Amino acid sequence: MYDIVIKELWFKYEGEKEWTLKNINLKVRKGEKVLITGPSGCGKTTLCRCIIGLIPHFYRGEYKGEVLLFNGNIKVSQTEVSKIAQHVGMVFQDPESQLIMTTVEREIAFGLENLALPPSEIRRRVEEVLLELGISNLRSKHPYQLSGGEQQKVALASILAMKPKILILDEPTANLDPKSTQDLLQIVSKVAKQNNITIVIVEHKIEDIFYHVDRIVVLNEGRIEMDVARTEAYKHVSKLEEIGVEVPIQIKVASILAKKGYIKLARKVLEDEKVLLEVVENAFTKISSRNRKLVV
Amino acid sequence: MPLQKLAVEIENLWFKYPETKNWTLKNIDLKIKEGELIALVGENGAGKTTLIKHLIGLLKPQKGTVKIYGKNTRNHTVAELARIIGIIFQNPDHQLFSETVEKEIEFTLKNFGYTKQQIKSIVQKVLKEFNLDKQADKSPLELSQGERKRLTIAFTVAYNPQIIVLDEPTIGQDYKSKQQIAQIVKQLNKKGKTVIIVTHDIKFALQHIPETIVMSKGKIIARGPTWKVLTEDKIVKQAKLTKPLIVRIYERIKDKIGGEKQLNYNRIEQQILEAINNAY
Repeated sequence: MYDIVIKELWFKYEGEKEWTLKNINLKVRKGEKVLITGPSGCGKTTLCRCIIGLIPHFYRGEYKGEVLLFNGNIKVSQTEVSKIAQHVGMVFQDPESQLIMTTVEREIAFGLENLALPPSEIRRRVEEVLLELGISNLRSKHPYQLSGGEQQKVALASILAMKPKILILDEPTANLDPKSTQDLLQIVSKVAKQNNITIVIVEHKIEDIFYHVDRIVVLNEGRIEMDVARTEAYKHVSKLEEIGVEVPIQIKVASILAKKGYIKLARKVLEDEKVLLEVVENAFTKISSRNRKLVV
Repeated sequence: MPLQKLAVEIENLWFKYPETKNWTLKNIDLKIKEGELIALVGENGAGKTTLIKHLIGLLKPQKGTVKIYGKNTRNHTVAELARIIGIIFQNPDHQLFSETVEKEIEFTLKNFGYTKQQIKSIVQKVLKEFNLDKQADKSPLELSQGERKRLTIAFTVAYNPQIIVLDEPTIGQDYKSKQQIAQIVKQLNKKGKTVIIVTHDIKFALQHIPETIVMSKGKIIARGPTWKVLTEDKIVKQAKLTKPLIVRIYERIKDKIGGEKQLNYNRIEQQILEAINNAY
């Protein structure tokens, strides 16, 4: 079951000389969590727009190839955005641009009203999502009275209430402080798991998000340069460095282990942060006991 | 040792916005010496931006005093203070409006009364220094986000203020741009500028900024060497910060890592990788 299949996709914005996306091929399974990263201007946001249909329906330009959703049931270029939006939700970097109503409750209900759901169902879903995200206390507040972290939670809530099958997050934590970033990532992971939602998340902070995703896709100058399972990332340190993407410590540690023949351990380090911590601790214990023996 | 001048001197500063009940800044006492490079961190709403607005006189204290190089901000206009202190705001687009990159820098210098000849030479120098010379004739809107950020720093540096404040310089920046910003900041500091970085980016502060001030709920709750301040449980909890992965690793091995006094992010990462290399 593939929720997203992108085949030989090319896109060039009107008035631009260069293709922003060049021959993108990507398949995302149902329930998979995919990180999309890469240098600024590499085409990450453009790719998100192609999945939700803002391209080619709102942004003009030259479009080749195709984007298929839900096992090919929706062909994005031939489906109205409003129809796609019933199943695909997107949260942007700047929550303020997404919040338009006068209270949090009304904000969350707004999208549901557009889906023409009966009022009782709307009320039920609003309550459900307020509870799920732990923001019931904000229900009567104006979105502008909220902190950045709270606003981003409300933006997420209003999308989740529509029960999307695919959730796209475009740098959702850029404006958040560290605590709010962790809170948001945990909520996304929890909700995605409970409802088997497919997640596409764009982020620069690879280290923070690493253990929340299954797969890492790196774009550079409009092309996919790397597409690997999280646990296989140890193979690609030099590639990441070459593209100019941060190499987080867990990948560096795993890469050293793999080079020394500890492939299984390298994968485990990338599977689970606890293993990473243990591996490092063991290394220091080994060295200090070795040193003690030398002294004796 | 020569006596270092005080760049910023804040005493007993209290401030409240008219529409709010609580004080946004409560009894702030802060001295920053000329030539310091310092990070200002704290959760959303801690009062960081309100504090830096006081430095340039955009806000005036309701109680207490703010002095910039001895000048009380109550007695000076924003324009006067802006000669001494330059603030680079979070969103470069709010600060860019000229037709070309070159004109953007010229504009600032004209405002500060430089002569035509001075302007010409400063613009050329700054464009080169910030690696924007190839973009001189482009519209600022054609630049990438990283380049636009560099441009806002460039035209602030161009008029040579003594103190430079960067508000969240790393937001939306990719890894390479962050490295570039770190380089720029360090160079400015080497030239004797006082640099204050307001940031959420704990990792950036740990990697590049030697000293840190932590704010929470309108108060300064800690100040000291960055690694020390940002790894202390009490402070991290109170200011709603988090510990980056490297700090969590460090806590597991700190008894075994040897008693280095000057803790530093890059050094610790190197030690971890060496240990893995030697032990396995």
